Amino acid sequence: MTMPVAVTAEPFRLSMLIYDTRYRSITIQIIALVATLTFFGWIVSNTLANLAALGKTFDFGFLQQRAGYDINQALIPYTNDSTHGRAALVGIVNTLLVAVLGCITATIIGVLVGVLRLSSNWLVARLATVYVETFRNVPVLLWILALMAVITDLFPAPAAFRGDNATAAMMANGTVAITNRGAYIPWPVFGTGWQAVAIVFLLSIASAWAFGRYAHARQVATGRTLPTFWIKLALIVLPALIVDWLVGAISFQVPELKRFNFEGGGFIDKSLIALWFALALYTGAFIAEIVRGGIQAIARGQSEAAAALGIRPGRIMSLVILPQALRVIIPPLISQFLNLTKNSSLAIVVGYADVRATLGGITMNQTGRELECMILMMGFYLLISLAISTVMNVYNASVAMKER
Amino acid sequence: MDDVAWTRTEMLGPEAPPASAVGIVGWMRANLFSTWLNVILTVAALGAIWLLASHIVPFFAHSVWNASSYSECREIVARTWGEGASGACLAVIRERWKQFFFGFYPADYYWRPTLAFILMFVALAPVLFSSLPRKMLWFSAIFPGVAYWLLWGGSIFFPIAIYLGFVAGYVAFRVAERGPSFLPPLAAAVVTIVWWLFIAGPLANLLPDIGLPAVQSKQFGGFMLSMTIGVTGIAFSLPLGVLLALGRRSDMLFVKWISVGFIEFIRGVPLITLLLVASFLLNIFMPPGTNFDIILRVIIMVTLFAAAYMAEVIRGGLAALPRGQYEGADSLGLNYWQATRLVIMPQALKISIPGIVNTFIGLFKDTTLVAIIGLLDPVGLITSIRANSAWNGIVWELYGFVGFMFFICCFGMSRYSQYLERRLRTDRH
Repeated sequence: MTMPVAVTAEPFRLSMLIYDTRYRSITIQIIALVATLTFFGWIVSNTLANLAALGKTFDFGFLQQRAGYDINQALIPYTNDSTHGRAALVGIVNTLLVAVLGCITATIIGVLVGVLRLSSNWLVARLATVYVETFRNVPVLLWILALMAVITDLFPAPAAFRGDNATAAMMANGTVAITNRGAYIPWPVFGTGWQAVAIVFLLSIASAWAFGRYAHARQVATGRTLPTFWIKLALIVLPALIVDWLVGAISFQVPELKRFNFEGGGFIDKSLIALWFALALYTGAFIAEIVRGGIQAIARGQSEAAAALGIRPGRIMSLVILPQALRVIIPPLISQFLNLTKNSSLAIVVGYADVRATLGGITMNQTGRELECMILMMGFYLLISLAISTVMNVYNASVAMKER
Repeated sequence: MDDVAWTRTEMLGPEAPPASAVGIVGWMRANLFSTWLNVILTVAALGAIWLLASHIVPFFAHSVWNASSYSECREIVARTWGEGASGACLAVIRERWKQFFFGFYPADYYWRPTLAFILMFVALAPVLFSSLPRKMLWFSAIFPGVAYWLLWGGSIFFPIAIYLGFVAGYVAFRVAERGPSFLPPLAAAVVTIVWWLFIAGPLANLLPDIGLPAVQSKQFGGFMLSMTIGVTGIAFSLPLGVLLALGRRSDMLFVKWISVGFIEFIRGVPLITLLLVASFLLNIFMPPGTNFDIILRVIIMVTLFAAAYMAEVIRGGLAALPRGQYEGADSLGLNYWQATRLVIMPQALKISIPGIVNTFIGLFKDTTLVAIIGLLDPVGLITSIRANSAWNGIVWELYGFVGFMFFICCFGMSRYSQYLERRLRTDRH
């Protein structure tokens, strides 16, 4: 065995840290590291000095103290005797509520408008374009405030529903009242035996899933298809309805006009309605563009080839176009969902008690714990962002093109 | 064959298409009534248009320009057009338009923001349209100083002293050029920063106070405030975004971590929390006794926010470039900065134009969020006008006006980006 000729190693000189590209990057990184650490150290020492000067400490004990303020809409039990930590939790739940409602509504609006923009109908396509451009080019804060102002100033007060010459009427067969305070809607009341209905409902979902598996296996084996959608729908809905009708467990309580206001049923505060629909309409316009772009990105040859194979138009959409378009649509759709969640922090302008209004608003002002509140709030939003993008990235990886 | 009485010797001219396939009728058949579904959609769309028009047209047709309160407006509308008629109370715009444009800027000095606004277009023109003479870029370079001086006033020597920092940096660059290649940029940066921190202020104070009367930041408001924040943010977020994007794609692990951390942190939190940091916490982070301008704080936060999004857009552009471009630049012997400046960035930025402009539009729309921390931008003004007893209850006029102004700016920007995309398209004719 012959040894390779040893390259005479150049002796290390200090100037090589700058001139030699092998070492230069290390030098730069060390400088960057030192600069960053110095910067953060500077900020921390400033903060400590300032906090000491103000006579403040850094601790999260205030979360255990009594909050002492009311929240107009809370999904979990809350009174003004609860702690600040509880108030923050109410805010978090409210943020998640409006984010989920908004994302669902925005997706529905976005898909509908995106498809309509591609419609061969000239008039409809133009209308969809007008909607998209109007909502995309005006700040969302303006939409939230405008919607709130519309509800407050232009919708009827509960008193307008009273008397023989009432100027407003309840909608949906007298079960829904939309007033300038919010919407009064029927609300389910769970009587005795509702557990039976719930169990039947869960079982029917399982059976629908099993049926889907069976139908798929049958199609693979024999080539014959079943009307899966309708059978699944019937499987899910009918048993629960029949059981509920027999047991009479779940009934709906309808709001009724009493002395001063509507009572009974459910109540959605106007701030939630304004925020929800403003966010949904605004984000829907962006989603419409994403959907349109995704469908247009699929080469025309794909649908022509599918038609040449004799596939029906509806199934071309569901079997050929959509699976490919979704791959283009999903990533930007995720970032729109994240944007909507982050934009829900504007809730404060309409008085909706989200986490920014409770933890980063009233609690912060009452306790004077700006630093702690901001850290908690930013941490919460960061956590949501990371969680949503992780979940969606997993989904994205599952639909990504399997390339070789 | 003689019994053929007559044979046509020339071709017949083409027959005109049937009346139902051409002209308006043909177009309508093809585009509006081609199938039953389309007929239904058309009718529904016409219904929607009619519904909108039947509200909007009378609203503007009955508009009132001369009134001092909302109730007076409604009285005039009811008197002229009958009980129950709706009419736009544009008197509020007429009364408050100066506030909407200039906030609480002293009325005698309205010419200053107006001039700055006009000069902005002169400064932007050579950047936006490459057919203009390149010498105009010199004006674009001094415009920020001019605009600052016009808006805030004060001694003219303050912006000049700041600009002299660049001159000092350039001189240092030339002096250090004999040294090793890393020295000139380092010397330029150090000299410029030292100049700004220690020399510019005393120098400006030393020189006589010649200039415009100073205007406080708290007097800024309306569209002028949105424009100031938006334009400054746009101008600074692009270079910062480029640096962050390069940092994120860097081979140097630590530089990459810093960039990733910064970008993901900023993108993970809402802008409003950053603005709250600017208004509540920045004084805690700075050395005791520091107090800097609220508008400056907001501009810094908005710029950082937009820069993180910009970095992601540009990173997309960098990733879309074929590998061969990087390898080609390397094989030509270009170093990192030369390759980036001459080969990579021009192409990556071209690919990213739609995303960049979208970020600009988003930034401009986000300037409305300053209303939440108490600055009187147009949205903040609407809230304060609606709280005024004279205009209580007014809705559409104010939101419509401000929304329309924002629409014009943002729609204009998106149209420009489409024009730019078409013009820079080199792969097709």
